[in-house]
Amino acid sequence: MSAELLLALIPLVPILAGFGIIAARARPNLREGVSIAAGVILFLLVATLATTIDWAAPPTLVLAEPFPGLSLSLTPEPLGVLFALVASLLWPITTLYAVGYMRAHHEQNQTRFYTAFAISIAATMCIALAGNMLTLFVFYEVLSVATYPLVTHAGTEKAKRAGRVYLGLLMGTSIGFLLLAMIWTWSITGTLDFTPGGIFGDEVSNGVLGILLLLYVFGTGKAALMPFHRWLPAAMVAPTPVSALLHAVAVVKAGVFTVLKVSVYIFGIDRVGQLAAADWLVVIAALTIVLASAIALQKDNFKARLAYSTVSQLSYITLGAMLGIAAGAIGGGLHIAMHAFGKITLFFCAGAVLVTAHKSKISELNGIGRRMPWTMGAFAIGALSMIGAPPLAGFISKWYLFGGALQTEQWIAVGAIVISTLLNAAYFMPIVYAAFFREEDPGHGHVEHGEAPLPIVLALVTTALFTILVFFFPGVPLTLVQQMAGG
Amino acid sequence: MIEIPGLFNYWVVVFLMMAGFYVVISQGNLVKKLVGLGLFQASVFILYITMGNLSGGQAPIVTEGVFVYSNPLPHVLILTAIVVGVATTAVGLALVVRIHEAYGTVEEDEIHSLDMADEETPREEDNRPGESRE
Amino acid sequence: MTLLDHLPVLVVLIPLMTAPLCVLVDRPRASWIMALAAAWLSFASAIALALTVATSGTLTYQLGGWPPPWGIEYRIDTLASYVVLIVTAMAALVMLFAKESVAREIPERRIARFYATLMLAFAGLVGIVATGDAFNVFVFLEISSLASYALISMGRDRRALNAAFQYLVMGTIGATFILIGIGFLYMMTGTLNMLDLAARLPEVSDSRTVRAGFAFLTVGIGLKLAMFPLHLWLPNAYAYAPSAVTAFLAATATKVAVYVMLRFMLEVFGADFSLGAMPLDLILMGLGLIGIIMASLVAVFQDDIKRMLAYSSVAQIGYMLLGIGLASATGVGAAILHIFNHALMKGALFLALGAVAYRIGAVTLGDFAGLGKRMPWTMAAIAIGGLSLIGVPPTVGFVSKWYLVLATLEQGLWPIAVLILIGSLLALVYIWRLIEAAYFGAVAADAPEVREAPASMLIPIWILVAANIYFGINTDISVGAAMQAATMLMGDGG
Repeated sequence: MSAELLLALIPLVPILAGFGIIAARARPNLREGVSIAAGVILFLLVATLATTIDWAAPPTLVLAEPFPGLSLSLTPEPLGVLFALVASLLWPITTLYAVGYMRAHHEQNQTRFYTAFAISIAATMCIALAGNMLTLFVFYEVLSVATYPLVTHAGTEKAKRAGRVYLGLLMGTSIGFLLLAMIWTWSITGTLDFTPGGIFGDEVSNGVLGILLLLYVFGTGKAALMPFHRWLPAAMVAPTPVSALLHAVAVVKAGVFTVLKVSVYIFGIDRVGQLAAADWLVVIAALTIVLASAIALQKDNFKARLAYSTVSQLSYITLGAMLGIAAGAIGGGLHIAMHAFGKITLFFCAGAVLVTAHKSKISELNGIGRRMPWTMGAFAIGALSMIGAPPLAGFISKWYLFGGALQTEQWIAVGAIVISTLLNAAYFMPIVYAAFFREEDPGHGHVEHGEAPLPIVLALVTTALFTILVFFFPGVPLTLVQQMAGG
Repeated sequence: MIEIPGLFNYWVVVFLMMAGFYVVISQGNLVKKLVGLGLFQASVFILYITMGNLSGGQAPIVTEGVFVYSNPLPHVLILTAIVVGVATTAVGLALVVRIHEAYGTVEEDEIHSLDMADEETPREEDNRPGESRE
Repeated sequence: MTLLDHLPVLVVLIPLMTAPLCVLVDRPRASWIMALAAAWLSFASAIALALTVATSGTLTYQLGGWPPPWGIEYRIDTLASYVVLIVTAMAALVMLFAKESVAREIPERRIARFYATLMLAFAGLVGIVATGDAFNVFVFLEISSLASYALISMGRDRRALNAAFQYLVMGTIGATFILIGIGFLYMMTGTLNMLDLAARLPEVSDSRTVRAGFAFLTVGIGLKLAMFPLHLWLPNAYAYAPSAVTAFLAATATKVAVYVMLRFMLEVFGADFSLGAMPLDLILMGLGLIGIIMASLVAVFQDDIKRMLAYSSVAQIGYMLLGIGLASATGVGAAILHIFNHALMKGALFLALGAVAYRIGAVTLGDFAGLGKRMPWTMAAIAIGGLSLIGVPPTVGFVSKWYLVLATLEQGLWPIAVLILIGSLLALVYIWRLIEAAYFGAVAADAPEVREAPASMLIPIWILVAANIYFGINTDISVGAAMQAATMLMGDGG
């Protein structure tokens, strides 16, 4: 099929799935089947696009032209295709996980849940394939609104308040900073198309660009750069499948993806390297990495610890983008994929523990490895990937990031990567140790239980396997990202 | 200083306008407000009509031997404006009658305190006397 | 002359003639049908008008065959056809909605006269836009205003009476100021035809009379516009009026006043005089900004949702005034565009509120608890309308914000751009209070059973909601016409 048709189908499939889910609401198995089938089809479509695309002449699909000279269009480029591959691969797996989770947890409003999920994935696909900043912004906002019902799924007072922080921070930054930056860019350059090497000519001063860069990066609230990171721990009130796919993969990656796209295609890697503001952002990203890891160390709530770990890991990507050299951008782009596989595994495990053992605190996890060997085994693999140990995915991206930081002699960045690696080990390894090598504590409201439900175990084993596989077969992500940085 | 008698009509206009405006603002009685409004509008009528008068001008009816007529257009405009003023006063007075039916008073401060009391202890939805619910 | 030649006056005459018919027939159902037919016929004429103007340029019509500047002339140019289209479209949709709503809120014996008054207000509003004669503007302004006072007073709550009275007093003062302003202009130029005035004013524009006339006109129109601080009549009037009336007036009355401001300030006086020699640009920018921030802040604390949206309207008008005050083609174009977009947004929101009032009887924040489940379509409409108000893409609100921010950045006024975006964030706060109440609130145990609104209400609501999204994506018509009108106004400059 033609490339344009592929581009049109990719967002269309999840939207149609949304309708299908609503139509099938009376029959849960059929309803979930629609989700999974759509996910598989979507991944096949994206994979087809990735393998058949002619990078010299990529296809473009114009959806509409709301402003004269500015259209809503989809134009794939390497980083976006990588992002789309990861998200579309993980959607059906997460749906499988969600089946186990939502049913074991007897959750209400499941139709609303799966429908909002589908719409969020559609928005994510459009973000990934966006051809210009306007398209990215429009679907970025749609994603914020579409994920709100997912975050506030529980419908409790606590969920409502978390929803306020979530939407308040995300919309506040996007309307207050990102929109301003975008319109300003348009008025200066007359274009918002993603162009390798950037769209600003030499006549635009570095001072103006510096302010714009700050507006863009702080305006991307989904990248969870401090001090606008609070929405991520607040969003943990959502059911774990939401935390897993959206807040380990789709939403947060949309954020750092935006930061990378802006730095590579709006400013251009070289131009970023010349800006003093970028150096400041490197410092802020470094601070976020270390501070968030330090906070994670103190959190006893399982999901909270994972949330702060995510905040920290996201800033690796922001750091890479702001280094101003190709290696940084490559490392950042790779980390989008690597971190996704690792983190989703970790969240899957947290949810499995919640649903099976009804435990949400790390201090309660002693000896749980014996009852849930698959779950905690996968957790160990995911944790090692986060730390960056070979032979796991996280090692590759950390390698590039570290190399990039050394190359630019930004010692703060180097220091942050080193310290956070140590901190990662400090807050992940004790969990693994306690799970396998400590005795169980019968006091804590203990429940007799075995391994998690089968769909859950299948999902987390699959993602853990990917974490290992990607280390040995990094070809696809690596070539894509190198193309982005070089081309 | 010599101009002041020549601008006599404008002085009258300004005086009436300010008097009417003051009555609207300062009086609490709704009927008196309408009186002030009428004064205010009357001043504008006088403004228009007097501006149409030419020195030495005759009434604008075609007559033999008369060459300077006062401008008839302002008169026509003011007829329209007077009708509008009459309609406004009529609507205003109708509202005052209904307010009196509903509140029992036409003093602004009393109406205000009755509304405040309403907010403390809410009454039924349709609290208009003389209404028939469909 | 064919029917098409009479179009400019037909749009005004059709509702004007329907009004006495409604009174004569005096039966609720029949008068509704006549009003509905009149509104849709007017809308059709407006579409024909817009198409004709788009292809063959400005249409003129001489009343009674008397040539201007002695006779009264109707001139329909791009801007006028745009606004007439908006007013007639809103009337047509509100009429659809009105059948059930009015039957519930107005006593049966008054319904026929209600529709007659509504037709009068409608005719008056269209007349203001269609005419090319300054005094005619005053006459139609008073026709529509008087009808509005009567309409507002028909609300169920007895506070509607006082609200109507306050509006009457303030509105009459405003209209009289406009009359004074027109009188001063006539004094200096001897003509009342707006085109003729535009030609003759530049020579006498230095005189104090013309400046005084300018000032009076600005204040008078500002009062009708609900420009801060002359907006005090609006919250009460919108809150206590019958639902259909609020929806109609919110979408049309203040917009027509914005049109009058554009016409007088930019065409009659000319952009160079108004925005250059006189400090109107600073005044409009300043008062517009204050209106945006203050009204949005007050809206956050309102419990009565109609009141909250009324303050929101004051803020939105602030945006339009800001656009005009920026004194550029983009700014004025953004303001004209917002006339269209705001009518769509507020029309949808107030109609949806009317549906809620129809089922529940009141619209305070507490009444909204749990409404998301019981009236899903209505609440979804409010949610989308709310997102449009905030300015989230892909709605019309986003397009308006885009052009407004673009206009400020073009002039290098980035602090104002920041303030505009803060206004959006304030809108986020007050809209989200509503959304939270509807979707998170638990239904009270003793709350009566509530069904979804009837189809006759949902259809016009959802037409407007769909328009919100459609014109947010496909902006050729709305933006194209607005920018064209703006360039004509700013370029010609009198």
